[in-house]
Amino acid sequence: MVAVEMKGITKRFGAVTANKQIDFDLRQGEIQGLLGENGAGKTTLMRILYGLYRADEGQILVNGKTAAIHSPHQAIQNGIGMVTQHFALVPTLTVAENVALGYTHGFQINPKSLQKEVGDAAERFGIEVDPAALVRHLSVGERQRVEILKSLYRHARILILDEPTAVLVPQETEMLFQTLVRLRQDGMSLIFISHHLNEVMEICDRITVLRDGRVVGTVDKAGTSQAELARMMVGRDTFGVVRQEDTCGNVPILRIIDLSAFDKKGLPALRNVNLEVCQNEILGLAGVSGNGQTELSQVLAGMLKPSSGKVLVGDKDLTHANPAEVAACGVGRIPEDRHNSLVGELSVAENLALEDLAHFTQHGLMDSKAIQANAVKLIGEYQIKASPNDRVHTLSGGNMQKVLLARALVNNPRVVIASQPTRGLDVGATEYVRSRLLDQRKTGSAVLLISEDLDEIIALSDRVAVIYEGRIMGLVQAREVTVEQLGLMMSGALEVQNG
Amino acid sequence: MARWKIERLPAPIWMRPLIPIAAIIVTFLLTSLLLLLAKANPFTAFYNFLIAPLSNSVSAIEVLVKATPLLFTGAAVTFAFAAGYWNIGAEGQLYAGAIAAAAMGISVKGLPPVLAILLMIAAGFAAGMAWALIPALLKIKLAVDEVVTTLLMNTVILFFVSFLLNGVWRDPISGWPQSPTIANEAIFPKLIPMARLHLGFILAWIVIGIVYLVLRRSALGLRMRSIGLNPEAARFAGVNVNRTILTAALVSGGIAGLAGMSEVAGIQYHLIDAISPGYGYTGIIAATLGGLNPLGVGLASLFIGLIETGAQSVSRAMGVPIYLGNVVEAALLLVTLSMLILQNYRIRRS
Amino acid sequence: MDTFIVGLIAAMFRVATPLIFGTLGELISERAGILNLGIEGTMFLGAFVGFAVAFTSGSLWIGLLAAILAGVLAGLLMAVLTVSLGLNQHVSGLGMTLLLTGLSLFFFRIIFGERSVQPSIQAFPTLKPFGDIPVLGPITEQYALTYIAILLVPILWWLIYRTSFGLQIRATGENPEAADAAGVNVFRTRYIALGLAGGLMAVGGAFLSMAQLGSFTFGIVNGRGWVCIALIIFANWHPVRVLWGALLFGGLSALQLRLQSTGLKLPYELFLALPYLMTILALTLAGRNVSGPAAVLKPYRRE
Repeated sequence: MVAVEMKGITKRFGAVTANKQIDFDLRQGEIQGLLGENGAGKTTLMRILYGLYRADEGQILVNGKTAAIHSPHQAIQNGIGMVTQHFALVPTLTVAENVALGYTHGFQINPKSLQKEVGDAAERFGIEVDPAALVRHLSVGERQRVEILKSLYRHARILILDEPTAVLVPQETEMLFQTLVRLRQDGMSLIFISHHLNEVMEICDRITVLRDGRVVGTVDKAGTSQAELARMMVGRDTFGVVRQEDTCGNVPILRIIDLSAFDKKGLPALRNVNLEVCQNEILGLAGVSGNGQTELSQVLAGMLKPSSGKVLVGDKDLTHANPAEVAACGVGRIPEDRHNSLVGELSVAENLALEDLAHFTQHGLMDSKAIQANAVKLIGEYQIKASPNDRVHTLSGGNMQKVLLARALVNNPRVVIASQPTRGLDVGATEYVRSRLLDQRKTGSAVLLISEDLDEIIALSDRVAVIYEGRIMGLVQAREVTVEQLGLMMSGALEVQNG
Repeated sequence: MARWKIERLPAPIWMRPLIPIAAIIVTFLLTSLLLLLAKANPFTAFYNFLIAPLSNSVSAIEVLVKATPLLFTGAAVTFAFAAGYWNIGAEGQLYAGAIAAAAMGISVKGLPPVLAILLMIAAGFAAGMAWALIPALLKIKLAVDEVVTTLLMNTVILFFVSFLLNGVWRDPISGWPQSPTIANEAIFPKLIPMARLHLGFILAWIVIGIVYLVLRRSALGLRMRSIGLNPEAARFAGVNVNRTILTAALVSGGIAGLAGMSEVAGIQYHLIDAISPGYGYTGIIAATLGGLNPLGVGLASLFIGLIETGAQSVSRAMGVPIYLGNVVEAALLLVTLSMLILQNYRIRRS
Repeated sequence: MDTFIVGLIAAMFRVATPLIFGTLGELISERAGILNLGIEGTMFLGAFVGFAVAFTSGSLWIGLLAAILAGVLAGLLMAVLTVSLGLNQHVSGLGMTLLLTGLSLFFFRIIFGERSVQPSIQAFPTLKPFGDIPVLGPITEQYALTYIAILLVPILWWLIYRTSFGLQIRATGENPEAADAAGVNVFRTRYIALGLAGGLMAVGGAFLSMAQLGSFTFGIVNGRGWVCIALIIFANWHPVRVLWGALLFGGLSALQLRLQSTGLKLPYELFLALPYLMTILALTLAGRNVSGPAAVLKPYRRE
């Protein structure tokens, strides 16, 4: 019995095609894994199934009948539920109130009977929650169970879980898996989106791998291995680009020592990270998004205070420095979020000058001639397709990135922190950014390249480190590492001690 | 049947400056309804509102007099709003400046007039700054919303004024609740003999000019604007957000304090509790109408001065209640705000 | 001394009444996610409309009904600005206060013209359930609206915590995205909340002109709307604590009037300012822990 069939699904976002003619089917009573790198198209496909997006081509069948799913409401009516990474819960309400929100009967609510109703449902589905507890007091794992219960309460028979273990600790993951197995025994059909190879191998019956918007293949768990899945995900054995020179120095300029930090939600994001980047070197930090890269980048930029450890540039301690101090110490920062690092309503020239205003200020007034000249120079040097007085929000993504690049590199920094520097850029802009990073390396900078793009990491790095769940899983020479090794490290299955 | 769809598209640049004009037109259309209810001819009323005050020199000067405190408070509000700091406390800061001016005014007897006036200005500015301090500190240290705190401070200082005027500063001779008259040295000279227009008007335009300079040309101004537009990006670029907001809040308070000082030194010559019929709040209207651009705010203040004078004229000539002016101002604010949002939407056939 | 305290307690309830109405109204608004600075203007509007309609129609209850209607309309207008248009809530609220105050004053002049004697009406009578019994009698001699205000506290508590509508309000004010995802109509919930809020605020104002004073003066509301804004924070957004807060402020207010007549030397302005100063202090002490509904001040737009 096929619970869900998606045929020929194609979805475009402007110039990017996220899903290309995807065929996907889900059998009743199975847990199917949906595997792929970032940008492979897994979340897009599932959002189409849940009615948040509309496919440009293709159709969806639920239980053999064509279904028009154009909103989450319609998805729910078709018995499809989705649990996302960002929980749609109201912290100040109880579990019962959250589960029943929008689904209550009658005008009056009796909290005790509502809690009993929700408690009975939870028991029936084998979900362990306390209906009377305030969501605010629940752990992440418990909140996720409430999200699952919400879908079940609305009679979902098909459940999509989008990276459910991304926010869980191992014990909670175990509990989740027990719950999923119970649901499968009940006859429910589950889709498990993940990039964690070991978990997918543990819990799924079948696994579909996506790459670049297409289905690479669907395999039975019994007939495959983590190594094969890794190869399917990443898809290549060699990377082609080989750098000519090999002038890696041995003088560490950037030293990250035992660094730990919490993310915005108060969960540990970095756990005793140790890294060193030398002069004339690009150290690539590989890893799937959400494993601590954002927090590491923020700590190094001065935007987030670490809980313990040290950050040293040369002999200066920048552990608790603010962004101005970090920049003043010769650290060029290329941030991963363009839109929160540039002031869109200000001009290109103003944004370029903002990080170093003192340099352009005389007696408190800005030297507009100097600011203009600076902008003209950088626009020429970095091939930014804009005029100095254009507002930054009118620029394309690639050009915005070049503005950030120019600002970060203008004072010839001895350390460069590049976070996802080519994310969302077209081919031309991408090549340009990468070549500039190589140039910086040649002139003596220590470059820390944090990227989810393995191509980029292998092409540019001298050494490669892998981060997984806030820990460094290995540090290897770029020439020596294989794709499989990287894939396994990125999914937590392998830890390498040398480098 | 064709279906209509509302789409969100950024507005073309040419629309922006037209908004105040469109807002004025729409507001007066809405106001016509009220005028009809007052059994008044809308066209005659608009003539009396907008044209008549400018038709003779006495009322034209009165427009400028009425605009003077608004120039200050409008500039004060604009300065704070630029950095994303919602200073609703201009009314209270104005009173603080007035109190300081009334006190300084009595103390400068015997000093050369220029020095006396400079001291008055300094006192007004300092008092306004002081009254803006607590809400600003609460905001940057404890993230307490500045709107609630500045509103509370507005009410508290009114009680303090009442306390002063009914107690220590009650005029011993007449018994009225008004502070002693300030010394002649502290009185702002008149710009036109026999008219009410005083030095404060010039001072206000100087302040507007300074605010323009700071916001558009100074490093502080760029930092403030970056915080107001995108605080995360500003912080990333190394701007000291807390210190900049504090500066913006305090300077804004000081400028509002000047408004109160100007009314004491130029018009009233002593402190009374009705010294401001809400200039601090009307300043917010001027700032919004002027698009938070100092020069625009200057023009908007003049326009509101015109409305206030016009309202008097309409009241005298046609018996329409003078409060029509208040209604027009408030409606203008809301219509302008609405248009600023609506300019980003189009109605399309689909 | 007994009569002093008895009189004080009686006055406490009376003075607290408009604060209870206003604050409960603002509570509904903020719980749904909208900071409504139009409260001062709405109370003023209620005071005026109630009085004017009672004057012209001869019936107090019709006047009260008209005041409620005016308040609801004002609330809906605020909803158009802040919910549908998504305008900045601070400036919209202040604009509403200025607009409603201006309109009230304008129409007052139109209807009553310029008179030397203030127009007045036969005010609401007080209820005397315990007749002239000492202590209990004077304390319970209150306007019907006062009793209604006190009853409204548990009613509103029930509405917010024991009905599905209340659940929707609470969800909308904390996390409108979650509410939307659960199928709650965020816009409709906020519109209804603001309409309800406006009606309550208007009754608070109407009490002043139709019960307490029996006439309408320009200073009749005199900043009570801002007190309500402060009271909400003081009451930590909870209906029952609103009652205690209002009684506390009402008591302090009544106290200062009585102390004046006893010749005590403390400046009575200090007592008047006390509620506001206390709120600033409360905000400081609560610091970063002041937790109103999380979604207040953020307009909600579906992407």
